[in-house]
Amino acid sequence: MPNLFKIKPSVGLLSLPYSLVFIFFFFIPLVLTFVISFWDYNEYSIIPDLILENYRYVFENCFSFENGVCVTFKTYLSTFMFCLITWFFTLIIGFFVAYFLAFYVNSLTWQIALFLLCTIPFWTSNVIRMISWIPLLGRNGLVNDFFLSTGLTSTPQEWLLYSGFSVVLAFVHLYTLFMIVPIFNSMMRIDKSIIEAAYDSGANGFQILWNIIIPLCKPGIVIGSIFVITVVMGDFITIGIMGGQQIPSIGKIIYVEMSYLQLPAAAANAVILLFLTLLIIWIMTKMIDIRKEL
Amino acid sequence: MFSKKNNTYYICVFFFSLFVLFLYGPTFTIILLSFQGPDGGLTFPLNGISTYWFEELWRGGSVVDIGSAFKRSIILGIIVMILTVVLSVAAGLAFRKKFWGSNVLFFTTIASLIVPSIVLSLGIALQFRLIDDLTKWIGNSLDISWINDSFQTSLGMYSSGLGAQLTWTLPFGLLIMFAVFNRFDKSYEEAARDLGATPWKTFKEIVLPLIAPSIIGIALFGFTLSYDELARSSQVMGSGNTLPLELRGLTTTVTTPVIYALGTVTTFVSFTVIAISVGFYLFLKRKKGI
Repeated sequence: MPNLFKIKPSVGLLSLPYSLVFIFFFFIPLVLTFVISFWDYNEYSIIPDLILENYRYVFENCFSFENGVCVTFKTYLSTFMFCLITWFFTLIIGFFVAYFLAFYVNSLTWQIALFLLCTIPFWTSNVIRMISWIPLLGRNGLVNDFFLSTGLTSTPQEWLLYSGFSVVLAFVHLYTLFMIVPIFNSMMRIDKSIIEAAYDSGANGFQILWNIIIPLCKPGIVIGSIFVITVVMGDFITIGIMGGQQIPSIGKIIYVEMSYLQLPAAAANAVILLFLTLLIIWIMTKMIDIRKEL
Repeated sequence: MFSKKNNTYYICVFFFSLFVLFLYGPTFTIILLSFQGPDGGLTFPLNGISTYWFEELWRGGSVVDIGSAFKRSIILGIIVMILTVVLSVAAGLAFRKKFWGSNVLFFTTIASLIVPSIVLSLGIALQFRLIDDLTKWIGNSLDISWINDSFQTSLGMYSSGLGAQLTWTLPFGLLIMFAVFNRFDKSYEEAARDLGATPWKTFKEIVLPLIAPSIIGIALFGFTLSYDELARSSQVMGSGNTLPLELRGLTTTVTTPVIYALGTVTTFVSFTVIAISVGFYLFLKRKKGI
């Protein structure tokens, strides 16, 4: 409380409009989602109540394994797999691209230009970037043409498009930038003289990479990983379009329940999804202090 | 160590080029395919070259009212851009000093970037549904005729849709402001203040010109992220769909290159906006002589 009177009120107040947007369009909606996940509903309306039915419904048949794994667990398992595979590829590619930009491009102008080159697609439409894979991966696409003409396969490959493969490909295509930016930021802060010192003391390239660069990039890697994992966890558009609407995802469950106006059920799913996402982030931030990295 | 003479350098250049090809290649294939003749399909080979599919798009052809969706997206993008610039610059100025609640606001900003978009979209939809119910209830119990006769929903592009997009664009704006003020030389301001300038005058004459190039960056994020935003606004746009929402619907229904033509047009719009921003940024940088 004492601080309240020491600061100049006019400066802090400048953040008021910004704060109001987040109170009204972020805090209240999330609180309402939590509250409504305990409400009842029928075909026409949502009814204030305090029941656990919506959560029970999410985990229906999940704790008796007589009929195999339940739909909810299967969906989460599939989403976790997408997270893991996408995370792996975005990390490898993102790290490599950042490494090249930070250490091999010497002039600042070129660094900015090439960095911009990697960023520009982020400012264009995601849906367009997804459908742009169709002429390449489709049944009569370029990749299949290549496979057939070289005799690698005798029939067109169906797994290239509207499959788990194309979903991961689209994720990597769309979100590698989320890895590049924070890792590049970490790398630019590394004092070059440390690397020179290691080099002069006889360390080889791999040792420098493993013992100096990677440990110093850990914050960037963690921030990038958080972005990639959360965006994949909550996705329903990429999985929908690139999976040919056949692959389940938690986002899709919420989306479908909303279209049937089963809002409290959707809210229960949203609360569970949010909880799991926060849990993952919490575990990851145990490794670093985000505030120091900006 | 990082010499340009050794093999590692060339391997790096090679992989980086592959990555750029991976980023841009697919987009250029659909731009190419959108210029096909009338017999063209969704894949290669190219069947002639024409602007047939653009004319088809212009006529409306198989596509639902793309023109008005396009217009809506542009208008909303401009509104989001202006609000993002004004609100995040103001908040950025506030964040130069610690203020009551600044920690909470910072973590909210980060949280807004990583909360699953569908969850927030659902939350905002629920909120506006409750606002609707409340409004109708008030209308009924107080017998307010305009509510009873004409009120339908408060959900819409300029209410819930706008708010949902701001939760996505504002964090980028504020983070850019953080980056700016972390590297900001305070001595110019102090000089102005010592010479007797008011806070407003110091901001207008000193701070604003210095941060102007970064404001272009915020504007670029504000417009392009809104123009292409889909996940957060998917449940809260009300009756009028924006272009990305229409596009998403088209992916399952349209089977002609008209969708590529549309893709070419929106990509062209994005590229134009980016080019103008970069040009403007460089111009301001040069003018400043820094």
